[in-house]
Amino acid sequence: MQIVAEKLNFVYNKKTKFSVKALDEVSLTIEEGDFFGIIGHTGSGKSTFIQHLNALVPVQEGILKVGEYDLSSTAKKDKKALKKLRSKVGMVFQYPEYQLFEDTVFKDVAFGYSNFFPEATKEEKSKAVCEALRLVGLDPEEYAERSPFELSGGQKRRVAIAGVIVTRPEILVLDEPVAGLDPKGKRELMKLLHLLHEKECKTIIIVSHDMDEVAENCNKVAVFSEGKIVRMGTPKDVFSDAEEIKRLRLDMPLTGYLGQTLRENGFSFDFDLTEEDFIKKLQEIKRG
Amino acid sequence: MQAISFENVSYSYKQADAEYVRNAVDGVTLDIEEGKFIALLGANGSGKSTLAKLINGLLLPVSGEVKVFGKPTVGDDQNGLFEIRRRVGMVFQNPDNQQIASIVEDDIAFGPENIGIDREEIGRRIDRALKVTDMEAFRYSQVSRLSGGQKQRIAIAGALALEPDILILDESTSMLDPKGRKEVMEVARSLNREKGMTVINITHYMDEAAEADEIYLLKEGKLVKSGTPDEVFSDTATIRECGLELPRPAMLAEKLKAAGIISNVKITSKEELAEEICKSLRKN
Repeated sequence: MQIVAEKLNFVYNKKTKFSVKALDEVSLTIEEGDFFGIIGHTGSGKSTFIQHLNALVPVQEGILKVGEYDLSSTAKKDKKALKKLRSKVGMVFQYPEYQLFEDTVFKDVAFGYSNFFPEATKEEKSKAVCEALRLVGLDPEEYAERSPFELSGGQKRRVAIAGVIVTRPEILVLDEPVAGLDPKGKRELMKLLHLLHEKECKTIIIVSHDMDEVAENCNKVAVFSEGKIVRMGTPKDVFSDAEEIKRLRLDMPLTGYLGQTLRENGFSFDFDLTEEDFIKKLQEIKRG
Repeated sequence: MQAISFENVSYSYKQADAEYVRNAVDGVTLDIEEGKFIALLGANGSGKSTLAKLINGLLLPVSGEVKVFGKPTVGDDQNGLFEIRRRVGMVFQNPDNQQIASIVEDDIAFGPENIGIDREEIGRRIDRALKVTDMEAFRYSQVSRLSGGQKQRIAIAGALALEPDILILDESTSMLDPKGRKEVMEVARSLNREKGMTVINITHYMDEAAEADEIYLLKEGKLVKSGTPDEVFSDTATIRECGLELPRPAMLAEKLKAAGIISNVKITSKEELAEEICKSLRKN
């Protein structure tokens, strides 16, 4: 499923003195297969934008197409289609483990499934839940009957993600997926997202404040600022102008900073901002 | 003077079936000197927060003794514990659940009001706390309309209004964006440098840890290593065992060394790393 947005506008508290323009003529295309990064400082419109993707907030003005679903302001509203869309576009919010509420892992993951497929048989449900748990790296045998509240932070987050992917979404949107985890938890979760990207969810969209994470993992990045998309492209393009990145109050990824410093010192070379490519290109220079 | 000392301290949480599981803090002995900026590191569940709560007597040790400025947290003297809690300010992780009042100045006044400080003095303390945290402009603002970083600074201001000697930040920056993180760390650093306040920063951010005077490393409730950032981060094996990692530049430096690009791996900052790579390329 491809996502196409054209000139999206959104205002909170419209017609009151607290009104805030959250999205300002936002246009972008996210292709099927992208591992897409959305960055920008707090209040730049990132969250408002992603909430549009499965119609959690209605489009006020502009065109938004998610696969075959037309969410544009002018399109006819179709509740049935909306439900289907929401099962296809999974949304994982910040700190999703705070939303766990059932007394077993199984029930919690099954909750999402039953919402979307109330007519499913017990076997179908059980199969879907176990599969989702397996996908996030939790053995159902071991975890299904445990209370989600006795798990570690990283495991809880996996359960929460399982509760979203249990409907087999084609697009998975995650708002700061690794925030608050310890380094090991972060590493493992990013690995999990790549695994899901390969096996399950064709498109992954992450909102992140960690520029290294974005440079390392995403093939495309959009930078939000004051409700507008101010830069979009590969990490290499987006981080090519250090001055502008600074002006947008963002940090440079480490590899971007190093590349820039090396250029200033007369070593010019091209790389895609991943550590792997950085090391490879340095080796080539070394060899001469 | 020792601000905090632990003498073979253990603590374990009681389970529903009244059975104790493994110690959350297990035989920890440490001495933290007054005026230090300490980073407390460890994976989730390693006992960092439990250790922090033992310092101000929110938890009392099952065995061993915790002393704050020479006074034990356990004893017959109830006032002693009050005094310790006043001297040890604590700021928690979530910016959204540490405020009590709806207006900033009322929120900061809550602590001093509770210990019976008089009105004028409370006013002066609010002035000072807001000044230090650079939040003067928000004195009459609604707490709910502040950003995460601003809320955490108000939480710090609330702790400061009790004029503590020790400030504990329990993952206080983990839910903030980079800007909010910087704001909070700047306030903590200036309190440490200018007022000599002892700061204990519990964090998962290795770059924050790299800037501390000393690092304490916990694993499964045990203190496995302590020392300056250089000392601790040079022991990469232990860092990994604890489920942690090196600061990002140090990590990349290791990979670059393995790839034969640089030879020096004692690197903690990105500037050092850039210089090292330049040096190595010039040799060609």
